[in-house]
Amino acid sequence: MNGQTTNILLVGVGGQGILLASEILSETFMLAGFDVKKSEIHGMSQRGGSVVSHVRFGDKVYSPIVPEGEGDILFGFELMETLRSLPLLRKGGKVVANDLRIPPSSVLMGTEKYPERVAESIRERFADFLLVDGQGLAARAGNARAANTVLLGAVSRRIDVAEEYWLQALERMVPARALEVNRKAFLLGREL
Amino acid sequence: MKEILSGNEAIARGAFEAGVLVATGYPGTPSTEILENTVLYKEIDSSWAPNEKVALEVAMGASFAGARTLVTMKHVGVNVAADPLFTLSYTGIKGGLVLVSADDPEMHSSQNEQDNRNYAKFAKVPMLEPSDSQECKDFTRIALELSEQYDTPVLLRTTTRISHSKSIVELKERVAGLPAPALVTNAAKQVMLPSNARVRHPLVEERMRKLAESACSLEINRMELRDTSVGIVTSGVCYEYVREVFPNVSTLKLGMVHPFPVDLIRSFAAKVERLYVVEELDPFFEEQIRALAIEVTGKEIIPVCGELSPDRIRKAFSGQGIGTESGAAMPDDEAGSFALPPRPPNMCPGCPHRGVFYALKQLKAYVAGDIGCYTLGFLPPLSSMETCVCMGASIGNATGVVKVVPEDEKRRVVAVIGDSTFIHSGITGLADMVYNNSPATVVILDNRITAMTGRQDNPASGFTLMNEPAHRIDLVQLCSALGVKHVRTVNPFDLEETRQALKEEMERPETSVIITNKPCVLIKREGVFRKGPLSTVDVEKCTGCRACLKLGCPAIQWKSGEGKKGISYIDPMLCTGCDVCRQLCKFDAIGRAK
Repeated sequence: MNGQTTNILLVGVGGQGILLASEILSETFMLAGFDVKKSEIHGMSQRGGSVVSHVRFGDKVYSPIVPEGEGDILFGFELMETLRSLPLLRKGGKVVANDLRIPPSSVLMGTEKYPERVAESIRERFADFLLVDGQGLAARAGNARAANTVLLGAVSRRIDVAEEYWLQALERMVPARALEVNRKAFLLGREL
Repeated sequence: MKEILSGNEAIARGAFEAGVLVATGYPGTPSTEILENTVLYKEIDSSWAPNEKVALEVAMGASFAGARTLVTMKHVGVNVAADPLFTLSYTGIKGGLVLVSADDPEMHSSQNEQDNRNYAKFAKVPMLEPSDSQECKDFTRIALELSEQYDTPVLLRTTTRISHSKSIVELKERVAGLPAPALVTNAAKQVMLPSNARVRHPLVEERMRKLAESACSLEINRMELRDTSVGIVTSGVCYEYVREVFPNVSTLKLGMVHPFPVDLIRSFAAKVERLYVVEELDPFFEEQIRALAIEVTGKEIIPVCGELSPDRIRKAFSGQGIGTESGAAMPDDEAGSFALPPRPPNMCPGCPHRGVFYALKQLKAYVAGDIGCYTLGFLPPLSSMETCVCMGASIGNATGVVKVVPEDEKRRVVAVIGDSTFIHSGITGLADMVYNNSPATVVILDNRITAMTGRQDNPASGFTLMNEPAHRIDLVQLCSALGVKHVRTVNPFDLEETRQALKEEMERPETSVIITNKPCVLIKREGVFRKGPLSTVDVEKCTGCRACLKLGCPAIQWKSGEGKKGISYIDPMLCTGCDVCRQLCKFDAIGRAK
């Protein structure tokens, strides 16, 4: 971790549930007694566009956005967006990414190609890289739509905050009817 | 109790705690969530106004009757509300009145990045600027108190990074014992006839003089002396960036950005060896410091355009000998070498606007556009928009273009505007079109919601902010009443009907209006939006002609290498069954699932 402040970046595509995941992270850190700030952009930049959410915690956090090159953990919901955001990481930063490709409009129309060897490109630069079959593991937990929670579990392993705070935050932020599946999904991810 | 709140949530909480009774505004990124949160407190009458001018006028009325009042809008909304604002400065208030101006440096979701600190100076009203969520809450209360103490409206300025960032906030109870509102007679102060206004203006000047004096001892204007070789004057989120990048420099953090605390600045400048200003956008502090003949460095190194960030500040100071190094893992040239396809925003699958833009493109229309999701009609492959300037401008722009272009080009001119934007500022433009006999065509994309900002109700949606059923303006009757002789509604999912209607009305040498009648796919209210049978591609029949890809629908994907050249594929997870793509397939290759 980078000095007193830990910097987490959540990246993906508008509509993937990144905001909820970043809220759960923030809630966890507050419950664990840290100062927390998080930042992202709403509005025109969503609607299927790239999304970056910044979450920072520590004894005292100033800037709500992570300075470039100081990210400790990159939490990728989509592969190409994960690759795009690598420059935000510090040396030795960690990457956890969902094994999911969402083609942007130019690729849908066939005018550009989705990049090849994305996972390899990430691994060449960041040795501490975990590629997660989010949908597959979530299906095992009972609902493929809980993929984000599997990833959250995997990220949680890489952050030094006790399990009880993660579970408390899940309880607070996830609707009661979906809680059991999400708890299972989280714990599955936490084993990765 | 502690909670993590966004700046917007914290302002709403601050209004609640400070006893606000009325909150109103018009949705606009990044301000929208303030009212979506005041509405959670049953003690506050929260409402969407048709536009920012009306919102401020409603807030004034509530304040004149003695209620503490909050009014919210984005930076460009203040332009719309500027007319009442400048005279409200003269009348003053009764119940505290705070106007939130949510600015958008970097134009994340805006058409310009004007610096609304200038409004404070221009309208002669004080302005506060918080730098995190706790301050958003606290400053809302302080602003209401200053408003009552100095008989002035108070501007509370946020920026996107404050509005949409979350941080920890300590919650308190709502104040009790504020005087109950009632009709109060105070005509000389509130009827701004010239004779009354002339009495008020000197009082405004006097008020600002007193405020400037007290600004020097105001707690929220905070001098923090650390290493005194460098001192930085700053405010808002920039204060947080400065503390992040230069933890040891001395800072003067201005919580009140107008009026300017002259003596405090002089005293800070005298205590530090080198003085800098770190501010986003205009050199607002810098010019005032220079006017005091104090040596200062600001916009020579700090960019005027765009938002600041820890990185931009670090880079700006790199030649100043107080910089720090960033710990980036990748050199800049490698980081730029990925050359990935961009991922711009797009209209949703099933968006009722898509077919309209497809038809407009087919008809080679010159489209005067407006502010809303449909501005995305500018992007490829639809690429059919020529202007987009401000709320309601499409109609006036179309009128003006038609006035001067050659006869054979006039028919191509079409204004395209959404329901909420039409009610906000389009009605007067249409009155002008009819009055001055313009042959242009107006398309009102009525999706029954203010969609771009995240589905807010409006006077044509049938519900209020407090989710109570409301009269739904009949747009056909409204246009007819304005004198439009040719008003028709079309189903935008029927491409031929839409194209035919557009063609006929574009040919017509009189003002005409076409209103589309399908709701936004994102409306969650029961029974408004319904999925149709999903569209599917028959792989045998698909010739790979790519016609359906010209819709730019996120559900339709090109699969190269399949069939002869490649074929189209429709993602059943994304398709809503709007059926538009089926209608433009010449080979009958798109069918509908049972």
